[in-house]
Amino acid sequence: MGTTTIGIICIILVLIILFQIAKASELTSIIKGEEEDQNVTADQLVGERGSPGEHQGNGNAIMSLIFVIGFLVLTVWSAWYYRGLYLPEPSSVHGMWIRTMFFWTMVATVPIFLITNFVLFYFAYKYRARKGHKAYHYAENNRLEVVWTVIPAIVMVLLVFEGMRSWLKITAPAPEEAIVIEATAQQFNWTLRYSGADNDLGKKSVKYIDGENTLGQNWTDKPNYDDFTADTLFLPIGRPVQIKINSIDVLHSFYLPHFRVKMDAVPGIPTQFWFIPTKTTEDLRKMEDNPNFNYELACAELCGQAHFNMRKPVYVGTEAEYNAWLKRQKPTIEKLGGNEYLKKFEHKLEEIKKKELEHKLDHHHGHGDDGHHADKKEIKSKDLARL
Amino acid sequence: MASTDIHLHDQLGHDHHDDHHHDHHETFLTKYIFSQDHKMIARQFLITGILWAFIGVLFSVLFRLQLGWPNETFPILETLLGAWAEGGKLSPQFYYALVTMHGTIMVFFVLTAGLSGTFSNLLIPLQIGARDMASPFINMLSYWFFLLAGIIMAISLFIQTGPAAGGWTAYPPLSALGQSNLGSQLGMTLWLLSMTMFVVSSLMGGLNYIATVLNMRTKGMTMFRMPLTIWAFFFTAVLGVLSFPVLLSGCILLMFDRSLGTSFYLSDIYIGGEVLTNGAGQMIEGGSAILFQHLFWFLGHPEVYIVILPAMGMVSEVLATNSRKPIFGYHAMVYSIMAITIIAFLVWAHHMFISGMNPFVGSIFVFFTLLIAIPSAIKVFNWITTLWRGSIRFTTATLFSIGFVSLFISGGLTGLFLGNAALDIPLHDTYFVIAHFHIVMGLAAGFGLFAGVYHWYPKLFNGRMMNESLGVMHFWITFIGSYFIFWPMHYLGMTGVPRRYYEFSQFETFNKYDDLNMLISTAAILVFFAQFLFVINFFYSITKGKRMPASLNPWQGTTMEWTTPMEPGHGNWVGKIPEVYRWPYDYEVDGHGFIPQTVSDEQLKQLSKTNVHHS
Repeated sequence: MGTTTIGIICIILVLIILFQIAKASELTSIIKGEEEDQNVTADQLVGERGSPGEHQGNGNAIMSLIFVIGFLVLTVWSAWYYRGLYLPEPSSVHGMWIRTMFFWTMVATVPIFLITNFVLFYFAYKYRARKGHKAYHYAENNRLEVVWTVIPAIVMVLLVFEGMRSWLKITAPAPEEAIVIEATAQQFNWTLRYSGADNDLGKKSVKYIDGENTLGQNWTDKPNYDDFTADTLFLPIGRPVQIKINSIDVLHSFYLPHFRVKMDAVPGIPTQFWFIPTKTTEDLRKMEDNPNFNYELACAELCGQAHFNMRKPVYVGTEAEYNAWLKRQKPTIEKLGGNEYLKKFEHKLEEIKKKELEHKLDHHHGHGDDGHHADKKEIKSKDLARL
Repeated sequence: MASTDIHLHDQLGHDHHDDHHHDHHETFLTKYIFSQDHKMIARQFLITGILWAFIGVLFSVLFRLQLGWPNETFPILETLLGAWAEGGKLSPQFYYALVTMHGTIMVFFVLTAGLSGTFSNLLIPLQIGARDMASPFINMLSYWFFLLAGIIMAISLFIQTGPAAGGWTAYPPLSALGQSNLGSQLGMTLWLLSMTMFVVSSLMGGLNYIATVLNMRTKGMTMFRMPLTIWAFFFTAVLGVLSFPVLLSGCILLMFDRSLGTSFYLSDIYIGGEVLTNGAGQMIEGGSAILFQHLFWFLGHPEVYIVILPAMGMVSEVLATNSRKPIFGYHAMVYSIMAITIIAFLVWAHHMFISGMNPFVGSIFVFFTLLIAIPSAIKVFNWITTLWRGSIRFTTATLFSIGFVSLFISGGLTGLFLGNAALDIPLHDTYFVIAHFHIVMGLAAGFGLFAGVYHWYPKLFNGRMMNESLGVMHFWITFIGSYFIFWPMHYLGMTGVPRRYYEFSQFETFNKYDDLNMLISTAAILVFFAQFLFVINFFYSITKGKRMPASLNPWQGTTMEWTTPMEPGHGNWVGKIPEVYRWPYDYEVDGHGFIPQTVSDEQLKQLSKTNVHHS
């Protein structure tokens, strides 16, 4: 508290001093006779007189020049200085396309940034008001306008063309052989579900969610039987991965910075992103010279007060490592208790159906409900026996 | 000839006691509070805007304390905020509330109402030669609805569950479900109510501006004789009138989802330990959270042009006047404003490339987004050429205008990264975005606002002027300091550091920039305190500022506002409204330093004859 008070007092004192200096300089300008003549004659209506603010002209002009040199040097130098902290080379195939685009966009923008900023302040300096100098009346030049319409237009067309090409490639449908993994977001964590041997995620709905069935998997849907959840997003190098992204409460965003992957998780609207990892975690540890390096999964869409804590580790291993890891994973249904759990689920389904029927009768809703087709199937224990 | 002289004296010779000729009808209440004079309404907008700017910027300083020194405690915070900052550390909930309020206040209350509200009101009648707005009464209502919006928002700061905390974009379901966030309870209701009032205010203002510009120009003031300020205000109003209603409808549907059990934006939600159902006990499904984003950004993107166009107009005017040159490429400037206005409606979904929207739709928005860079580039080149071979007077307004152009370049170019969908994947929702829009929209528009205030202060406050030395200090500290705040954020963005993170300790990927975060926060605090140079200057000069010279035209401008008396009353001109004979950029032409729009060729000839000494 003490230091804060002193700090505030200091700031107030500085402000008072600056204010007094400013008032004093105004007074001196009056004494020096820079004050405007108070008698107006008609010619002053259209004439030219001493320029207002001229007494500050040189100072500000020189300051402009100093500023722009300092500014441009500092921006270029700092961008170079911090280069070691930027994300390392992307660990995915499409990440490299994005990197190339970033490079070409830099090529298109950095020279314009440097030149226009410099020229702006240089002109301000060079054409400062001076005694005996008059401005040059120069209102229009259509040829110039065309030049600086066409040149940016060409640059834009190139950037748009390159951008659309990459974008459509990145968002194209995932290849058939892609490993299907589901990421379900909720306040405030991610649940990762692997599709198992059949590479097919079983159906689910929020209405089946309870303490055990945390994703709301519909156990009448057989592809669910080999699905398993994992604490780490474990990916094999060099194989396409398709992440099916969804949320059960608010918006989130599935964000893998090192892979240049980001896609919102929207309740009710499944989204997806597919990519091919190209560097294992070990590769990155060597590249970054950091034995503790880990890929990370984060949330990139504000989702509530613990938004900044939605972390999951990500690990990219070799094919062999991945297969070994797969073997260690147990299907969710086994963890839940197998057949016994399925019976319990059947019971739950009936309850849900009963409840819904009651509502329908209450509200005279006659129309069919598509979401319930799956419920009508019965679970046969022999289905499970195949596992 | 005699009549010409008299006419000139009409413009020049009025001492201010003449100008109060109908003040005796006015009471304190009608003059200062329920005023229908566009100049008083402009003052009301400006002072309310400054008040909100103080609050909005203060909030950013508070959350910058958390970001700059995440491991420190600041006992003063607990003193100020009580339970929201227990132990001198902001709670995450209140951090997000501050972030949300900062965005809402700055974008809507400061840069929309404070900027466009102030200067459209002040300058449209004065520069086109009208006695007031088309409907002074609706104009007054526009301010009162704005004030009401502000009061509702202010109340939300003091309620127990705290103000809205879902970001200024208020995306549902977070903003729709009280279970998901404390701020989405009463705070969000008040936010929506406040926004509704704000939209009403902005529509009343906008319709008035359009009607006034189209119908109330003085004789001779053709559209292509209007200063660029008026063109900018006009198209700003068009943008607002066409896009704000869409935000309103978005907000109304959100209110329905929040309290009537509809599901426009909601579907398949499990929250607070149960499935979300409507009043009838049925599971809520079929809504689209993405729909809200479309409705929001259909306003949200034009909104950034609503914020920047008035600044562009004023900067054009200030640069031309103080370079003593015509604005270069007047017609190109008008057409580029027009192009920006049209394209502004076709770029909204570039905020949504990775929202789950169909990727093909995204690629169309890439095209329009990069297209809008062309008129923006034209404007920049024209401003720079306006300076070329000028005779530049470094008034504070000039400095802020030059600063505006620099910021617009620096921030605009990064838009080419973000507007390209593929590049947006890694950059979306990182500090790169924060850097981009704060520089190109926040700072640039703020600089336009400052340029406007310093330049037109005599027209706002009875012919008094602000202190130029303080203004110059204010400019350089703000300008350099602002680059120190926002430039380093590009580097954070290139490391993928996400925005809206309370702290980064969980992630080693994002946890690398303690030093830069501290630098940014220090610069932010410095720039915040430097604004007191402006505030002191502003309020001191209202009563104590130097009077403008007796020519009543301190910057030797050509536009009509400088033909009004020192203290223009309601109605602006004493006697007849002057006619307009020329465009507003006759600087250094035919041997004249400048020729006001209201001077006819005959008058000019006579003046040349009688003033042979004239250079």
